[in-house]
Amino acid sequence: MTLSWSDPMFRSIVWQVVIIGGFAAIAWYLVSNTSTNLKARRIATGFEFLGRTAGIPIGEHMIDYEPSINTYGYALFVGVLNTLKVSVVGVVLATLLGTLIGILRLSRNWLISKLTASYVEVLRDIPLLLQLLFWYTVLQGLPAARQSFNPVPGVFLSNRGVKLPALNWEAPHLWALAAFVLGCVATHYVGKRADRIQDATGVRPRVWPVALGLLIAVPVAVWAALGAPWSIEWPVLRGFNFQGGLTVSPEYFALLLGLVIYTSAYVAEIVRSGILSVPHGQIEAGGALGLRQGVILRKIILPQALRVIIPPMTSQYLNLTKNSSLAVAIGYQDMVSIANTTLNQTGQAIEGIFMIGLLYLVISLSISLFMNWYNARVALVER
Amino acid sequence: MSTTIVASSSVPTREQPSALAIGPLAWMRVNLFNSWISSAVTLLLLYFGVKWIISFVDWAFLHAVWSVPETAPGKLDPTACRDAKGFGACWAVIGDKYRFILFGRYPFDEQWRAAICIVLFIGLYVVSAMRRFWRAELVLIWIGVLTAIGVLMWGGVFGLLYVPQDEWGGLPITLIIATFGLALSFPLAIFVALGRRSTELPAVKLLCVVYVELIRGVPLIAWLFMASAMFPLFMPVGFNPDKLLRVQVAVVLFAGAYLAEIVRAGLQTLPKGQYEAADALGLSYWHKTLFIILPQALRLVIPPLVNTFIGFFKDTSLVLIVGIFDLLTAGKVALAEPIWQGYSTEVYVVLAAIYFVFCWSMARYSRGLETEFNKSRRR
Repeated sequence: MTLSWSDPMFRSIVWQVVIIGGFAAIAWYLVSNTSTNLKARRIATGFEFLGRTAGIPIGEHMIDYEPSINTYGYALFVGVLNTLKVSVVGVVLATLLGTLIGILRLSRNWLISKLTASYVEVLRDIPLLLQLLFWYTVLQGLPAARQSFNPVPGVFLSNRGVKLPALNWEAPHLWALAAFVLGCVATHYVGKRADRIQDATGVRPRVWPVALGLLIAVPVAVWAALGAPWSIEWPVLRGFNFQGGLTVSPEYFALLLGLVIYTSAYVAEIVRSGILSVPHGQIEAGGALGLRQGVILRKIILPQALRVIIPPMTSQYLNLTKNSSLAVAIGYQDMVSIANTTLNQTGQAIEGIFMIGLLYLVISLSISLFMNWYNARVALVER
Repeated sequence: MSTTIVASSSVPTREQPSALAIGPLAWMRVNLFNSWISSAVTLLLLYFGVKWIISFVDWAFLHAVWSVPETAPGKLDPTACRDAKGFGACWAVIGDKYRFILFGRYPFDEQWRAAICIVLFIGLYVVSAMRRFWRAELVLIWIGVLTAIGVLMWGGVFGLLYVPQDEWGGLPITLIIATFGLALSFPLAIFVALGRRSTELPAVKLLCVVYVELIRGVPLIAWLFMASAMFPLFMPVGFNPDKLLRVQVAVVLFAGAYLAEIVRAGLQTLPKGQYEAADALGLSYWHKTLFIILPQALRLVIPPLVNTFIGFFKDTSLVLIVGIFDLLTAGKVALAEPIWQGYSTEVYVVLAAIYFVFCWSMARYSRGLETEFNKSRRR
């Protein structure tokens, strides 16, 4: 065999060797520079710092955290939980608000459709960071705790955030919750059974009374049987601040508000184009079959629109999660913020970025996997 | 017998349709009051809308403070603003600070240069938007204009005062990061997209896939932290690139990954026959790519490209977090001045308006282009 330039195999190997070799050379150059620099600056490498005491004060933590005791690794975990806390709630609220606005934009009422159209238009064309800063200033501009707004009894709005009454969590509540979850599973199977009966006989047995019983009556009965405990902790003004109750910090609230409002504009557009993608003939055909409006929406429009909606929605969810890293600008301590503090304190930038990358990769992949699974469920099954 | 034709009254005369079937009243009936629930919503929205507009006009114009007196040279007296707080806007903060917000710490007497740069940038966008300029020469225009902008900003030649980079700021920085980011990441994106689609070079393909997915998996802010913290470590000892350059490199690499995906979409939508026809003509890979594939594929992706550019334009505001003096940072710093603390709404409204004008006009343009492109496909 002779080596010839006109042999595609030979050519492709040479090209790959040249290109990969070039990249390897650049990478080696950067790595060698870095290791020289790290030595010159006496920066340690490796992940031992994760086991050291962090000393980073974290204002908001879902699990117990003490800066003088807990380690960097633990602090990062607290940050991950904070990121998840804002992302999960944000995704749910943005979907609800966005869907509502997307549907309203299709309203036949000119005023509603124009108002929602300008909502989408304005919010999409202003940077998220600017919106976050704006909301944060607005929330900080609220009166002090003593003069706080009190729109509904038990709810206080002040520059310390939002105060809500909290339910004192006791064991019977947990059992009721467990009964509810079981009820959900059981309802699912009851629905399946109804489908089978409908397939066989053409008559669908009524599901909703059973569902109502399983989802509401049983949990309530469990709760009542265990003594029906019911005590609510109300926030009370003591001195300059509130005590008791549930607190939503202004940082979290501003971040959530900004993320939800910004993302909802994108979600609205996705929902609108999804609904518009269903040909009008489908709706008319449904009407001709004598289906009711609600059934047309549930059985004809939504299944077809969801196919168009899900893939871009996935990327919006990913965007929202990634955008939650802007938290650092308004002082909400998410994982990027804590990783950045770690990175500044230890000087170990490479490890810090590596951890951020890894954590985001895990979160992004989980969202992608879930959405792909859901997408496969709603996708059109052809022959 | 003569029959007289009686003008029968049974022939209907054409009646004027009632006012409720045509004209503005009919429009209102169909679009605003077509059912009782729609009417109720309309009235409710009108009530709140009008109320909101009145209070906004009150705040922004009627009770607004447009300027404050100067007590001593360079010393303003914000009492009027303080009195109007809560019901009137204080536009005096803009009047006092607009040069700072627009140009940052750029030397005051040289700010005309930065202003020319802004005009040049806008001119560049307008020229690039016109289809008659969509040809190879556009690249030369971009290179020429960007060089001119560099000369104007830095100075030091043609008798211009030298202005070091850390004194730049405001809108020019935002435009520089976005535009240079696009200009430099675009060639990179084309190579990555081609690499990712290559079937003969699996190693190169893997490299491109890893690059794109790695960059897109991590938020921009993390890359910016990385650039500002790690870039100096990568460089040889003693070489310390300035902050803007570090951020610019991060933005270029970040934008490259996103643009590559868009270019790849363009390459994919191109019919396979085009590739095969080029192969059948015996064209080499680069001839095929340069003369057949790219000219068609890139045209297809201009609308999503513009949309991505809008995204980057907004994302440039994130450099605030690593301390680059862009438009948003300038606004925030202006607010830090003791006498203007507490007037952030006014400044944020103005900043939002500037961003909005840029993004909205680009979005309009991209939408117009999309309809125009689809015209030929629609039968």
